[in-house]
Amino acid sequence: MCLTNYLILSAIFFCLGIYGVLVRRNAVMILLSIELMLNAANINFVAFSKYVDPNMLTGHIFTIFVIAIEAAEVAVGLAIILSAYRHMKSINVEDINLMKW
Amino acid sequence: MNIDAICSLVLSNMAFFVLAAIGIVCGVLVVTVRNLVHAVLFLAVFLLSVAGLFITLEAEFLAIIQVFIFVGAIVVLFMFLIMLTYKVSDMAVPQGNRLKGAAIVVAGVLFCLIFYIMKAMKWNEAAPVVTITDDVARIGRLLLGQYVLPFELVSFVLLAALIGAIVIARKGE
Repeated sequence: MCLTNYLILSAIFFCLGIYGVLVRRNAVMILLSIELMLNAANINFVAFSKYVDPNMLTGHIFTIFVIAIEAAEVAVGLAIILSAYRHMKSINVEDINLMKW
Repeated sequence: MNIDAICSLVLSNMAFFVLAAIGIVCGVLVVTVRNLVHAVLFLAVFLLSVAGLFITLEAEFLAIIQVFIFVGAIVVLFMFLIMLTYKVSDMAVPQGNRLKGAAIVVAGVLFCLIFYIMKAMKWNEAAPVVTITDDVARIGRLLLGQYVLPFELVSFVLLAALIGAIVIARKGE
Protein backbone atom coordinates (compact mmCIF):
# COMPACT_ATOMS: atom_id res chain seq x y z
CA MET A 1 0.00 0.00 0.00
CA CYS A 2 1.65 3.24 -1.08
CA LEU A 3 1.52 6.70 0.40
CA THR A 4 -0.34 8.24 -2.56
CA ASN A 5 -3.45 6.13 -1.93
CA TYR A 6 -3.78 7.52 1.59
CA LEU A 7 -3.18 11.07 0.39
CA ILE A 8 -5.84 10.79 -2.31
CA LEU A 9 -8.31 9.26 0.14
CA SER A 10 -7.77 12.10 2.57
CA ALA A 11 -8.17 14.60 -0.31
CA ILE A 12 -11.56 13.03 -1.05
CA PHE A 13 -12.58 13.36 2.61
CA PHE A 14 -11.39 16.96 2.71
CA CYS A 15 -13.36 17.93 -0.40
CA LEU A 16 -16.46 16.25 1.01
CA GLY A 17 -16.03 18.43 4.08
CA ILE A 18 -15.62 21.56 1.94
CA TYR A 19 -18.81 20.68 0.07
CA GLY A 20 -20.67 20.19 3.34
CA VAL A 21 -19.51 23.50 4.78
CA LEU A 22 -20.58 25.35 1.64
CA VAL A 23 -23.95 23.68 1.18
CA ARG A 24 -25.41 23.08 4.62
CA ARG A 25 -27.63 25.69 6.25
CA ASN A 26 -27.71 24.13 9.68
CA ALA A 27 -24.84 25.19 11.94
CA VAL A 28 -24.57 21.71 13.47
CA MET A 29 -24.07 20.20 10.04
CA ILE A 30 -21.33 22.71 9.28
CA LEU A 31 -19.52 21.56 12.44
CA LEU A 32 -19.93 17.93 11.28
CA SER A 33 -18.32 18.82 7.94
CA ILE A 34 -15.42 20.47 9.74
CA GLU A 35 -14.95 17.18 11.61
CA LEU A 36 -14.63 15.46 8.22
CA MET A 37 -11.91 17.88 7.14
CA LEU A 38 -9.93 17.54 10.37
CA ASN A 39 -10.02 13.77 10.08
CA ALA A 40 -8.65 14.04 6.55
CA ALA A 41 -5.75 16.06 7.95
CA ASN A 42 -5.19 13.42 10.64
CA ILE A 43 -4.99 10.66 8.03
CA ASN A 44 -2.36 12.69 6.20
CA PHE A 45 -0.31 13.18 9.36
CA VAL A 46 -0.30 9.48 10.21
CA ALA A 47 0.38 8.40 6.62
CA PHE A 48 3.34 10.74 6.30
CA SER A 49 4.57 9.60 9.69
CA LYS A 50 4.57 5.98 8.55
CA TYR A 51 5.94 6.35 5.04
CA VAL A 52 8.30 9.32 5.17
CA ASP A 53 9.62 9.34 8.72
CA PRO A 54 8.83 6.00 10.36
CA ASN A 55 11.27 6.30 13.25
CA MET A 56 10.21 9.60 14.78
CA LEU A 57 6.41 9.26 15.37
CA THR A 58 6.08 13.04 14.86
CA GLY A 59 2.85 12.58 12.90
CA HIS A 60 1.34 10.63 15.77
CA ILE A 61 2.14 13.43 18.22
CA PHE A 62 0.64 16.04 15.93
CA THR A 63 -2.48 13.93 15.47
CA ILE A 64 -2.93 13.83 19.24
CA PHE A 65 -2.64 17.63 19.36
CA VAL A 66 -5.14 17.99 16.50
CA ILE A 67 -7.58 15.73 18.32
CA ALA A 68 -7.27 17.81 21.49
CA ILE A 69 -7.82 21.08 19.61
CA GLU A 70 -10.73 19.48 17.80
CA ALA A 71 -12.40 18.58 21.07
CA ALA A 72 -11.99 22.18 22.24
CA GLU A 73 -13.38 23.48 18.95
CA VAL A 74 -16.43 21.23 19.16
CA ALA A 75 -17.14 22.25 22.76
CA VAL A 76 -16.96 25.98 22.01
CA GLY A 77 -18.86 25.61 18.73
CA LEU A 78 -21.67 23.70 20.37
CA ALA A 79 -21.90 26.26 23.17
CA ILE A 80 -22.11 29.10 20.65
CA ILE A 81 -24.79 27.28 18.65
CA LEU A 82 -26.77 26.59 21.81
CA SER A 83 -26.55 30.24 22.84
CA ALA A 84 -27.54 31.43 19.36
CA TYR A 85 -30.49 29.05 19.40
CA ARG A 86 -31.65 30.51 22.72
CA HIS A 87 -31.51 34.04 21.41
CA MET A 88 -32.83 33.58 17.86
CA LYS A 89 -34.82 30.32 18.05
CA SER A 90 -32.93 29.10 15.01
CA ILE A 91 -29.60 27.54 14.12
CA ASN A 92 -29.86 28.33 10.43
CA VAL A 93 -26.73 30.21 9.48
CA GLU A 94 -28.81 32.31 7.10
CA ASP A 95 -30.98 33.58 9.98
CA ILE A 96 -28.04 34.42 12.21
CA ASN A 97 -27.07 37.62 10.41
CA LEU A 98 -27.06 40.19 13.20
CA MET A 99 -23.44 41.10 12.50
CA LYS A 100 -24.07 41.87 8.84
CA TRP A 101 -23.99 45.66 8.34
CA MET B 1 9.26 -13.18 0.85
CA ASN B 2 7.41 -16.08 2.39
CA ILE B 3 3.74 -16.92 1.99
CA ASP B 4 2.73 -15.37 5.33
CA ALA B 5 4.14 -11.98 4.39
CA ILE B 6 2.34 -12.04 1.03
CA CYS B 7 -0.93 -12.99 2.72
CA SER B 8 -0.67 -10.16 5.25
CA LEU B 9 0.18 -7.69 2.47
CA VAL B 10 -2.88 -8.71 0.44
CA LEU B 11 -5.06 -8.56 3.54
CA SER B 12 -3.86 -5.09 4.51
CA ASN B 13 -4.47 -3.84 0.95
CA MET B 14 -7.97 -5.28 1.04
CA ALA B 15 -8.58 -3.72 4.44
CA PHE B 16 -7.50 -0.35 3.10
CA PHE B 17 -9.88 -0.46 0.16
CA VAL B 18 -12.83 -1.73 2.18
CA LEU B 19 -12.29 0.93 4.87
CA ALA B 20 -11.83 3.61 2.21
CA ALA B 21 -15.09 2.60 0.51
CA ILE B 22 -16.97 2.69 3.83
CA GLY B 23 -15.44 6.05 4.67
CA ILE B 24 -16.28 7.63 1.32
CA VAL B 25 -19.86 6.34 1.31
CA CYS B 26 -20.47 7.52 4.87
CA GLY B 27 -18.77 10.86 4.19
CA VAL B 28 -21.04 11.48 1.21
CA LEU B 29 -24.06 10.55 3.32
CA VAL B 30 -22.94 12.88 6.14
CA VAL B 31 -22.94 15.89 3.84
CA THR B 32 -26.06 14.99 1.84
CA VAL B 33 -28.58 13.23 4.08
CA ARG B 34 -31.51 15.35 5.27
CA ASN B 35 -32.12 13.92 8.71
CA LEU B 36 -29.64 15.36 11.21
CA VAL B 37 -29.69 12.33 13.51
CA HIS B 38 -28.89 10.05 10.58
CA ALA B 39 -26.07 12.37 9.55
CA VAL B 40 -24.51 12.14 13.02
CA LEU B 41 -24.80 8.34 12.98
CA PHE B 42 -23.12 8.21 9.57
CA LEU B 43 -20.40 10.46 11.00
CA ALA B 44 -19.87 7.86 13.73
CA VAL B 45 -19.38 5.13 11.10
CA PHE B 46 -17.07 7.43 9.14
CA LEU B 47 -14.96 8.04 12.25
CA LEU B 48 -14.79 4.30 12.91
CA SER B 49 -13.53 3.73 9.37
CA VAL B 50 -10.86 6.38 9.95
CA ALA B 51 -9.88 4.49 13.11
CA GLY B 52 -9.55 1.37 10.95
CA LEU B 53 -7.34 3.28 8.54
CA PHE B 54 -5.14 4.26 11.48
CA ILE B 55 -4.78 0.56 12.28
CA THR B 56 -3.71 -0.17 8.69
CA LEU B 57 -1.11 2.57 9.19
CA GLU B 58 0.16 0.82 12.35
CA ALA B 59 -1.11 3.57 14.64
CA GLU B 60 -3.13 1.43 17.04
CA PHE B 61 -2.93 3.92 19.90
CA LEU B 62 -4.42 6.67 17.73
CA ALA B 63 -7.16 4.31 16.57
CA ILE B 64 -8.15 3.68 20.19
CA ILE B 65 -8.07 7.42 20.92
CA GLN B 66 -10.18 8.05 17.83
CA VAL B 67 -12.82 5.59 19.01
CA PHE B 68 -12.83 6.91 22.59
CA ILE B 69 -12.88 10.62 21.87
CA PHE B 70 -14.80 10.87 18.62
CA VAL B 71 -17.22 8.01 18.61
CA GLY B 72 -17.54 8.00 22.38
CA ALA B 73 -17.65 11.68 23.24
CA ILE B 74 -18.03 13.98 20.27
CA VAL B 75 -20.80 12.05 18.53
CA VAL B 76 -22.75 11.95 21.80
CA LEU B 77 -22.18 15.70 22.18
CA PHE B 78 -23.61 16.29 18.70
CA MET B 79 -26.59 14.10 19.54
CA PHE B 80 -27.30 16.17 22.64
CA LEU B 81 -27.05 19.39 20.67
CA ILE B 82 -29.49 18.13 18.05
CA MET B 83 -31.92 17.09 20.76
CA LEU B 84 -31.60 20.50 22.42
CA THR B 85 -32.01 22.63 19.31
CA TYR B 86 -33.68 20.77 16.51
CA LYS B 87 -37.15 19.39 16.12
CA VAL B 88 -36.45 16.00 14.58
CA SER B 89 -40.01 15.59 13.34
CA ASP B 90 -39.79 18.85 11.42
CA MET B 91 -38.57 17.63 8.05
CA ALA B 92 -40.09 20.39 5.94
CA VAL B 93 -37.14 22.75 6.39
CA PRO B 94 -34.71 22.46 3.45
CA GLN B 95 -31.27 21.43 4.67
CA GLY B 96 -29.22 22.80 1.80
CA ASN B 97 -28.90 26.25 0.33
CA ARG B 98 -28.88 27.32 -3.30
CA LEU B 99 -25.11 27.04 -3.64
CA LYS B 100 -25.15 23.34 -4.45
CA GLY B 101 -23.80 23.63 -8.00
CA ALA B 102 -21.12 26.11 -7.06
CA ALA B 103 -20.12 24.00 -4.07
CA ILE B 104 -19.74 20.90 -6.25
CA VAL B 105 -17.57 22.89 -8.66
CA VAL B 106 -15.39 24.30 -5.85
CA ALA B 107 -14.93 20.91 -4.17
CA GLY B 108 -14.24 19.21 -7.52
CA VAL B 109 -11.67 21.77 -8.60
CA LEU B 110 -9.96 21.60 -5.21
CA PHE B 111 -9.87 17.81 -5.39
CA CYS B 112 -8.37 17.88 -8.90
CA LEU B 113 -5.75 20.35 -7.71
CA ILE B 114 -4.78 18.25 -4.69
CA PHE B 115 -4.84 15.07 -6.79
CA TYR B 116 -2.51 16.64 -9.37
CA ILE B 117 -0.09 17.86 -6.70
CA MET B 118 -0.10 14.51 -4.88
CA LYS B 119 0.62 12.67 -8.13
CA ALA B 120 3.30 15.10 -9.24
CA MET B 121 5.19 15.28 -5.94
CA LYS B 122 8.02 12.87 -5.31
CA TRP B 123 7.84 12.06 -1.60
CA ASN B 124 11.12 10.65 -0.39
CA GLU B 125 9.58 7.57 1.11
CA ALA B 126 11.76 5.84 3.63
CA ALA B 127 12.27 2.14 3.41
CA PRO B 128 9.68 0.27 5.46
CA VAL B 129 11.19 -0.60 8.80
CA VAL B 130 10.42 -3.47 11.09
CA THR B 131 7.30 -2.83 13.10
CA ILE B 132 8.04 -1.11 16.38
CA THR B 133 5.90 -2.60 19.09
CA ASP B 134 6.27 -0.15 21.99
CA ASP B 135 4.55 2.72 20.15
CA VAL B 136 2.56 3.88 23.17
CA ALA B 137 5.61 4.09 25.39
CA ARG B 138 7.49 6.06 22.74
CA ILE B 139 4.57 8.45 22.24
CA GLY B 140 4.38 9.01 25.97
CA ARG B 141 8.10 9.67 26.20
CA LEU B 142 7.92 12.12 23.29
CA LEU B 143 4.89 13.92 24.73
CA LEU B 144 6.52 14.47 28.10
CA GLY B 145 10.02 14.93 26.73
CA GLN B 146 10.62 16.65 23.43
CA TYR B 147 7.07 17.97 23.03
CA VAL B 148 6.30 18.88 26.63
CA LEU B 149 5.78 22.60 25.92
CA PRO B 150 3.19 22.15 23.13
CA PHE B 151 1.59 19.44 25.25
CA GLU B 152 1.12 21.81 28.19
CA LEU B 153 -0.08 24.55 25.85
CA VAL B 154 -2.68 22.25 24.32
CA SER B 155 -3.96 21.22 27.73
CA PHE B 156 -4.21 24.88 28.69
CA VAL B 157 -6.12 25.66 25.49
CA LEU B 158 -8.45 22.74 26.20
CA LEU B 159 -9.11 23.97 29.73
CA ALA B 160 -9.75 27.52 28.52
CA ALA B 161 -12.09 26.26 25.82
CA LEU B 162 -14.05 24.15 28.29
CA ILE B 163 -14.46 27.06 30.73
CA GLY B 164 -15.42 29.33 27.82
CA ALA B 165 -17.97 26.82 26.59
CA ILE B 166 -19.57 26.62 30.03
CA VAL B 167 -19.71 30.42 30.28
CA ILE B 168 -21.21 30.82 26.80
CA ALA B 169 -23.76 28.05 27.18
CA ARG B 170 -24.91 29.18 30.63
CA LYS B 171 -28.34 30.75 30.77
CA GLY B 172 -27.85 34.51 31.07
CA GLU B 173 -29.97 36.40 33.55
